[in-house]
Amino acid sequence: MIVDLAIISVKAFLVLFMVLNLAGILGWVERKGSALIQDRIGANRASIFGFAGMGLVNTLIADPLKFLTKEDFIPPAGDKLLHTLAPCMALFPALVTFAVIPFGDVLILGDRVINLQVANLNVGILYVFAMGSLGVYGIVIGAWASNNKFSLLGGVRGSAQMISYEVAMGLSVMGVLMVYSTLDLQEIARDQGMLIRELLPAGAAFLQPVIGWLPAWGVFLQPLAFLLFFTAAVAETKRIPFDLPEGESELVAGYHVEYSGGKFLMFFAGEFAEVVTAAALVTTLFFGGWQVPYLMRDGFHFPWGSIWLLPHLAVVILQVAAFTLKVLFFCWLQILLRWSVPRFRYDQVMRLGWKMMLPLALLNVAVTALIIVAAQ
Amino acid sequence: MVPLNYYLILSAIVFSIGVVGVLIRRNLIVVLMSIELMLNAVNLTFIAFARHLGSMAGQVAVFFVMAVAAAEAVIGLAIIISVFRQTRTLDPQNMQLLKW
Amino acid sequence: MNAATVIFLILATLLVISSLMVVFLRRVVHCAMALVTALLLIAILFISLQAPMVGVLQVMVYAGAIMVLFLFVIMFLNPGVLEQPSVAWWGLAVVLSVLLGAFLVPLFSQYEPGDNPVTSTELFGSPDVLAKSLFGEFVLPFEIASVLLLVAIIGAVVLAKREHGSDGAA
Repeated sequence: MIVDLAIISVKAFLVLFMVLNLAGILGWVERKGSALIQDRIGANRASIFGFAGMGLVNTLIADPLKFLTKEDFIPPAGDKLLHTLAPCMALFPALVTFAVIPFGDVLILGDRVINLQVANLNVGILYVFAMGSLGVYGIVIGAWASNNKFSLLGGVRGSAQMISYEVAMGLSVMGVLMVYSTLDLQEIARDQGMLIRELLPAGAAFLQPVIGWLPAWGVFLQPLAFLLFFTAAVAETKRIPFDLPEGESELVAGYHVEYSGGKFLMFFAGEFAEVVTAAALVTTLFFGGWQVPYLMRDGFHFPWGSIWLLPHLAVVILQVAAFTLKVLFFCWLQILLRWSVPRFRYDQVMRLGWKMMLPLALLNVAVTALIIVAAQ
Repeated sequence: MVPLNYYLILSAIVFSIGVVGVLIRRNLIVVLMSIELMLNAVNLTFIAFARHLGSMAGQVAVFFVMAVAAAEAVIGLAIIISVFRQTRTLDPQNMQLLKW
Repeated sequence: MNAATVIFLILATLLVISSLMVVFLRRVVHCAMALVTALLLIAILFISLQAPMVGVLQVMVYAGAIMVLFLFVIMFLNPGVLEQPSVAWWGLAVVLSVLLGAFLVPLFSQYEPGDNPVTSTELFGSPDVLAKSLFGEFVLPFEIASVLLLVAIIGAVVLAKREHGSDGAA
């Protein structure tokens, strides 16, 4: 009992440690990456005795110190309790979502099999959506408590955008759930280890040499759902191209205009934590999660027949490294997207969410259902 | 396992608090929120009995109560918006036009 | 007094406190946030009662969507003036509700569950079993509920629409 609790605590600590550090490092990646794209140098002034540590001094020491030592200003006519509570409400769902994301298969220590996932819920993906719905409160309450018309406008826009894209996100995942027939994220990650040739019905055997050797990743089985989900996830995190709620040139930073110091740091870290969450969800649902192609629990099983056995610890390390690399890739992709694409106008955002993505997601569900029924 | 009585008593207390809210608050939105509180107390009773009797009918009932509560909250808020546009207040005392 | 009972008592106390806050706080936004807290606590109670699917749906639908709608309406209809409580009516209502509680609570305390609760399988309350019930035994109420939601959407849009030619109110 105590050992179980200790194992869960260690897993939770590791996951939170990774996410929060990644959120901090992404801030630096954003600054340097945007500088590269825009052909400038970026932030390079923070250094200790000339040692800038490749930006680590800036990220880990200078930036947090700057935020934490700024004056913490609460608007006098605003609501003091809610003004303080709003950043916590924005950060909490982004971190808590990681409880159901699997970062590895199993770790076998002696006779104890540890599932590398903090909480194994049988309603896994629904828990993620539930926490996503709770993320709206940080925006709404933060906007309200600031007693500022720009803030309120940004907050209302932001929350309307978030609840619109939650619908599209949920429906686009429906196709993935139908293909893998489970809500549990660890099962979805495990099922993506199969090869497509094991899923092909007898009538489509002619496709076997073409795509049969691919692993059954979600992106191969549900490409439209991947595009819809990725777009909806970027819209949920309110990053460019969907960042009119906090548009810097339109609304003077929108719903966090009255926040400074530690509270703004929480909003800021919350936004990057949501970037990491979106990347982790896309990897788990569509890119196999921790799966390395052709790597089973005892080693590599290549489709042309050869087998390369590996010790268990090497397999676990390969799987966790694969997960981390995929998550980093999608974080980088979102940052690249931010600095390459202009932002949408607000009515364009709403039209995209309701009139284009929702019908496409429904179409995806219908076509998936037809294919599944026809394949039986 | 927590005995069933505990859940029923908790549900009764929350229901009574909801009734207090409906009776004494003079803000239509808070009245609507107290009604939601009462519905949730009833949901808790349903789920407690579902676990006790081992029947899924309780959970299905909660599913439908949630759907109906959502529809009712939406319509109630739309009515409140319309009434506010006419009377510019949320106090039910000012909406007694039907009293003789 | 095992761990489950202690956790239940903590959750129950917090739930009663947040319900009291819903009813007795003066600013409407604070009441709404107290109701969100109450809904989340009830969702935790659902999950502890072997109803994980319904618990997660409670968070998603009730705390995540309905209460956001309440907050939108509160922000738009900001009446500005706090309501004036009337001591006489408050006293009478509290007395009546205490009487209601005093009637219900002993009634439920005397309810003897009798035999032990039916041992349920591990799948009780999981999405599979809920879906089987919903699409098997209860498919007719399910379809009627979808029609109900459609009617509610249309009704809400029609009710809250602004009339053309009205004198610019709100």
